[in-house]
Amino acid sequence: MEWEVVIGLETHTQLQTNTKIFSGAPIKYGAEPNTQACEVSIALPGVLPVLNKQAVECAIKFGLAINAEIAPRSVFARKNYFYPDLPKGYQISQFELPVVGKGAVTIQVPAQGKKPAYEKVINITRAHLEEDAGKSVHGAVEGMSGIDLNRAGTPLLEIVTEPDMRSAAEAVAYAKQLHELVQWIGICDGNMQEGSFRCDVNVSVRHKGSEKLGTRREIKNLNSFKFMQQAIEYETRWQIETLEDGGSIHQATVLFNPDTGETRAMRSKEEANDYRYFPDPDLLPLMISAEDKARVQASMPELPEAMKARFEAEYGLSSYDTGALTSSRGLADYFVAAVKAGAEAKQAANWVTGNVSAKLNAEDKSISSSAVAAEALAQLLQRVADGTISNNAAKEVFEAMWIGEGNADAIIEAKGLKQMSDSGAVEAIIDEVLTANAAMVEEYKAGKEKAFNALVGQIMKASKGKANPAQVNDLLMKKLKA
Amino acid sequence: MINSSLKQLASMLQAKKISSVELTQSFLTRITQYNPSINAYIALDEAKTLAQAKAADVRIAAGNATALTGIPLAQKDIFCAQGWKTTCGSKMLANFIAPYDAHVITQFDQAGAVNLGKTNMDEFAMGSSNETSYFGGVKNPWSFDHVPGGSSGGSAAAVAARLCAAATGTDTGGSIRQPASLCGLTGLKPSYGVVSRYGMIAFASSLDQAGPMAKSAEDCALMMNVMAGFDERDSTSLQRDKEDYSRELNKPQTDQPLLGLKIGLPKEFFAEGLDESVAQVITAAIDVYKKLGAQIIDISLPNTGLSIPVYYVLAPAEASSNLSRYDGVRYGHRAAEYADLNDMYNKSRAEGFGAEVKRRILIGTYVLSAGYYDAYYLKAQQIRRLIAHDFIEAFKQCDVIMGPAAPSTAFKAGEKVDDPVAMYLQDIYTISTNLAGLPGMSLPAGFAQTKDAPALPVGLQIIGNYFDEARMLNVAHQYQQVTDWHQQMPDLKRA
Repeated sequence: MEWEVVIGLETHTQLQTNTKIFSGAPIKYGAEPNTQACEVSIALPGVLPVLNKQAVECAIKFGLAINAEIAPRSVFARKNYFYPDLPKGYQISQFELPVVGKGAVTIQVPAQGKKPAYEKVINITRAHLEEDAGKSVHGAVEGMSGIDLNRAGTPLLEIVTEPDMRSAAEAVAYAKQLHELVQWIGICDGNMQEGSFRCDVNVSVRHKGSEKLGTRREIKNLNSFKFMQQAIEYETRWQIETLEDGGSIHQATVLFNPDTGETRAMRSKEEANDYRYFPDPDLLPLMISAEDKARVQASMPELPEAMKARFEAEYGLSSYDTGALTSSRGLADYFVAAVKAGAEAKQAANWVTGNVSAKLNAEDKSISSSAVAAEALAQLLQRVADGTISNNAAKEVFEAMWIGEGNADAIIEAKGLKQMSDSGAVEAIIDEVLTANAAMVEEYKAGKEKAFNALVGQIMKASKGKANPAQVNDLLMKKLKA
Repeated sequence: MINSSLKQLASMLQAKKISSVELTQSFLTRITQYNPSINAYIALDEAKTLAQAKAADVRIAAGNATALTGIPLAQKDIFCAQGWKTTCGSKMLANFIAPYDAHVITQFDQAGAVNLGKTNMDEFAMGSSNETSYFGGVKNPWSFDHVPGGSSGGSAAAVAARLCAAATGTDTGGSIRQPASLCGLTGLKPSYGVVSRYGMIAFASSLDQAGPMAKSAEDCALMMNVMAGFDERDSTSLQRDKEDYSRELNKPQTDQPLLGLKIGLPKEFFAEGLDESVAQVITAAIDVYKKLGAQIIDISLPNTGLSIPVYYVLAPAEASSNLSRYDGVRYGHRAAEYADLNDMYNKSRAEGFGAEVKRRILIGTYVLSAGYYDAYYLKAQQIRRLIAHDFIEAFKQCDVIMGPAAPSTAFKAGEKVDDPVAMYLQDIYTISTNLAGLPGMSLPAGFAQTKDAPALPVGLQIIGNYFDEARMLNVAHQYQQVTDWHQQMPDLKRA
């Protein structure tokens, strides 16, 4: 019988605010322990929370970006549990009434083997504001555990999906899409190493065609897409094998070990806390008016979907190209900058989604750290457009630009890649080739069309690639017909 | 001098008839003499106190004194005051020195008032007799065998014994008004949101409110002028214009200054449970109001009877969460030895909290638990709205509501310690105003004598509509113009 995996994600995105969500304490990653912790962060007796408006704006932005319902009234609740890095003994979160309600994200799942690329809509259940906890530090002092409350109170938006994903590839595509989106709208820096974007993945399996969801296990705190893929694949296999061996799945929280590539249960849900949620009496309900939404809307950047449609209309690009270009804000900005600097749009799209992206992928770099700037690429593409170099030569120039040999013009000059534009010189080469290949000329004249291309090839070779192929075509045709 | 009003003290100070240092010293002398037997103060720091008095004298000399500059006050130990031990009456915080000031403390500092010390209180403000304090009970200055009430028992005793000019208290279910009643002083719990809770150690956040405890309504008004006001650090603090709480006092100056005032008497406040001798005193006080021109209207607050059960769901629920921060990790009591993290939590909290606090944490944890939340917490919130609605209806018929502040005069120490329900009933007339967020006050209305006890003070409660404090203070003030209960002092040598 065929198995189906069912996946839902909960993503904690750290919001880009100047201060913490309920106090004026600064947020700086990597600061000395407890130097970013004010009296509220360490939960002294008598302190009170005050909601950071910037964090609310981030939540509204996200809601608008996924076409979600934004609650006119949402409520902060206390999630009660004891842990040393949770200074108040409760986390301020949202429970029954979250700030962002149902919405959706459209993902592009890339082709895998024979399966072509496809689009899928992932439904978002909710997104809510909450505060992060601090960190336990082990080993800094021999035999003791330390508590660093720098992170305590950092604003988070927890984004929860419906169990809509059916493969590790879909889950990763969603996570990547969300990762791009939160950066696109400027609410999260997306830094996964520093924990700014952390995913918890709920995985269950069931027989294909079954309506009922299987028992899920939650893989906690995945901080790279690669690990996410591996963890889901491992977990799926493990669950299927367990069930096929006659075992059963128990609801649990599991951790992924990148060294072994395995997931392992951390604690079972039966032992889990009763969090005793109740509305936080220190905070008033969060009210968001139509005016608030309109104000935030006015500050929103153009969203990927709208930009994609605009690129198609404005530049006549294919849906595939525009989809790829708007897969990240960085890529889209790069493309626009190249066009603005004089590159032809279709050409620029091909290069950005082709050579540039390939290079970035190979070196695991993001577009913001591209070795070739958009303006430099535009210069190169202009040299192709104006016939100075061939497309093939352009690839060679690009490689040289990437490793820092200079700008396009300098490299063309240094490598002598300029095409011949003097028709006299080209004609001389053609004459030489025709003389040396009389047999081929005869074949052509006898009706063998293929001989024409062979002659072109010989001429290009003789010109060391510097002849303009279109010009060669023209001149050769004239000579043969003469 | 120790019986002078704040206004009189201020004019003596400003006329340089006495310096703040001298005034402060005279209170410190009384504290040295009487505090060991009364136990009203649990933290004293003469050096700090006198430094403030000296600074006040400089300010007075410079001519920029406020109404409270140089006046020695007592602060309930629930307010964090920088450099002061701030214990909230608990072993848990017995060694906690606050590194910051509560909003209320800042306000008094800016006004130039002098902090005489921190006053004793029921542990985490949970109690009605001051007997739950880790630092021992407080004696009622009128009779040392009797309790001063609670939780602001130390402040009440300090004012009654004239060990300060006035004091601060906090009131979650009656903790200002009940001790004010039992000690014969004037105390006001303002409307919720009028005084910032920042730096005031939380018991039940949606009910806690700080207010003044003083000899007279006039003194309370001057204290309110300093304490009240918007504070952006408290999200429940209300953004209202600054008001002068003494603006209504002495207006109009006629024989019947309260002509036309409609006083509502809820029948539920005079039903079974009210001590007969207390009822007589309250009735006599109402008669005085009639003479002042007021009109008496019988009203009903039908859901009053539910206020105690509702309170003992909601307040412990909030408290169980508010007190979670006392885990022994960052500050406060930590057990000397423990096996692991859970053991550290268990031992530290078991050792650090007293019985009443533990009882309320257990109740609160229970009513918030999965499966019980709807039946208890949610239901209690619904009834809370009904109780508030009762008042809204009542204030359509009357301007203020009056009744007793407590069902009896002060009881003997030890009498109710083992009967929590009897203790909880002490707040039967005060709790509903906290649930509704309304202002309430208690003022001395006479003395009542029961069985073997000496005559002890009785408090008249006035409940006002939202933000009607200024009017309530005048209603109390007019009574104090024609009576002298508020000026009577206990004989500490005989008590």
